[in-house]
Amino acid sequence: MDFGGINPVILIAGLMATSVPILLAALGEAVVERSGVLNLGVEGMMIVGALGGFVVAVHTGSPFAGFLGGAVAGAALSLIFAALTQVFLANQVATGLALTLFGLGLSSLGGQGYNGIKPPHTVGLLPDALAKIPVAGPILFGHDWVVYFSILMTAATWYVLKFTRVGLIIRAVGENHDAAHALGYKVNRIRLLCIMFGGAMAGIGGAYISLVRVPQWVDGITAGAGWIALAIVVFASWRPWRVLAGAWLFGGISVLQLNLQAAGSAIPVEYLSMAPYLLTIVVLVIMSSGRGKASMGAPASLGQNFHAAR
Amino acid sequence: MIRLEKRPNPSRFWLYATPPVAVLLTMVVGGILFAAMGKNPIEVIRTIFWDPIFGEFAFYLRGQLLVKAGPLILIAIGLALGFRAGIWNIGAEGQYIIGAICGAAVGLAVFPTENRLIFPAMVIAGAFGGWLWAMIPAILKTRFNTNEILVSLMLVYVAQTILAKASTSFLKNPEGMGFPGSRNFNTYPAAKNGYLIESLGLHWGGVAALVTAVLIYILLTRHIAGFQIRLAGQAPRAARFHGVNPTRLVVMCMGISGALAGLAGLFEVAGPAGQISIDFNTGYGFTAIIVAFLGRLNPLGIVLAGFLMALTYVGGEMASTNLGLPSAAIQVFQGMLLFFLLGVDVLTNYRFRLPAAAATAGAK
Repeated sequence: MDFGGINPVILIAGLMATSVPILLAALGEAVVERSGVLNLGVEGMMIVGALGGFVVAVHTGSPFAGFLGGAVAGAALSLIFAALTQVFLANQVATGLALTLFGLGLSSLGGQGYNGIKPPHTVGLLPDALAKIPVAGPILFGHDWVVYFSILMTAATWYVLKFTRVGLIIRAVGENHDAAHALGYKVNRIRLLCIMFGGAMAGIGGAYISLVRVPQWVDGITAGAGWIALAIVVFASWRPWRVLAGAWLFGGISVLQLNLQAAGSAIPVEYLSMAPYLLTIVVLVIMSSGRGKASMGAPASLGQNFHAAR
Repeated sequence: MIRLEKRPNPSRFWLYATPPVAVLLTMVVGGILFAAMGKNPIEVIRTIFWDPIFGEFAFYLRGQLLVKAGPLILIAIGLALGFRAGIWNIGAEGQYIIGAICGAAVGLAVFPTENRLIFPAMVIAGAFGGWLWAMIPAILKTRFNTNEILVSLMLVYVAQTILAKASTSFLKNPEGMGFPGSRNFNTYPAAKNGYLIESLGLHWGGVAALVTAVLIYILLTRHIAGFQIRLAGQAPRAARFHGVNPTRLVVMCMGISGALAGLAGLFEVAGPAGQISIDFNTGYGFTAIIVAFLGRLNPLGIVLAGFLMALTYVGGEMASTNLGLPSAAIQVFQGMLLFFLLGVDVLTNYRFRLPAAAATAGAK
């Protein structure tokens, strides 16, 4: 059952795994932006998480500890952003860019000596017998635990944002920080926690790249995944399930272009590897233009710092 | 607890004091970082900031300063123009690459013709290439309201794949024995961007950078367009009442910054880099963002900031060859500089108040 040398079952199974890093990072960023903070440092937090996860996994021999390490590394880096924007009231766009530049440098500095090492293998969650069922097996049961975790996190983020008090407070802070402050909520403290959540999620996403996708340490390993995650948040109009759809769409394009390369397509390799980035632009255009739909979904206080006069 | 209080007017003192304070803080914390890596921090800081200007090899390294500062200044001035108006072009790296490819393509197309018009034609093509690449996010923003940050950044990755394609196929040196990379411009006098004054490291890119700094300074302080840019950034609502056309502003700011980045790319590829190769771009487009902020988005400040950043590049190379400091450490150092700058900047618009002082101020 192949189409032009590409097996659709493997394609679908592949895209679910490929999209994990951008899905996790985008979910984190969606929460951050829902609280009214625009953190452009996702790429930096991802790559530091990728390194942190890799180093911890190599030294402990446990991939789970690695993912935990990635989360801690990402959250730690996001603390710099939180301190600058929430305490020192620095411009969020500039600080986010700085975070990315700093993270890229820091990871390439810290990653020296880790090239060419193989990290411990992240195992599948379910018994192999299930994964051997034709068609449904590889798609539903053949993944490692992080894939299921990412889908679980999508549901959790959606539930918390939509149905819980915590979610309501986060959205209030993001929509109108003055009103939230007047109600007695600590705007900057809530935002700080959201930023750290975003950092941890980006870190886990980064760790998935260095521990499962590649799996080894290479300089600049994230290759723009953090920026694609940012684009997906806009694409998804800040809604978790649409983030999942967006991430799978991009994962699908990435897997498809790799498969086309492997199948010896007539299109040159360079043009195929452009595809995910070009698609990001196309999707942004579609989402932004449709009668201002995307801008209607944006949190009203997005990107504005809050300073309590009293 | 110490609390922040908004100043009625921005502090002029801190406006100018922020960059030096940030540099000093970066030196201190950077020194701690270098010490943690087992290097002598004072020696490293001296190698980076002192030796390139006054040290043993300063006669050569001083020239390198302008070579590195030129493209940084050129790109940063263009970016600063947009940043002032709240237009965030952060894809200068891509515009730089495309400018270099377009300019180089014009030169290589007529190889080996000798004509004094070839280099000027390349310069125009370079600026045009950068402009064109910046017009994509600009038009998408004005027509479809897309986010220019994300689009311009995505185009950097696209530009990089085009660069890889250019150096392995359509601009590849036919006499290069199969190696990737174009013909070397150093062997092609009509298209070469040679040194005008070798000891200063001055080539046409440096001239362009300094002239642009003056021109943009005049634009910002004396011309109505400059006023509109500043107004749009500081008070978007007031700008609308004043009749500022946002579409024109976006197209103008993105266009100028793209053209300047393209110019920088062309001067680099025809001069110091010498040829189109897969990795001829060295991240100037991203470092220029730091330069723009360090120079307080002011063209004359950017000239100073460009030289300072060039110092960290030149000194950083020295430190990596002489002291074995990893080159990534310099990148961390530069990132840290931007953090401190943004952090210290709070003092321009706010002041710290002790609770007792705030209470008496409130009682008055």
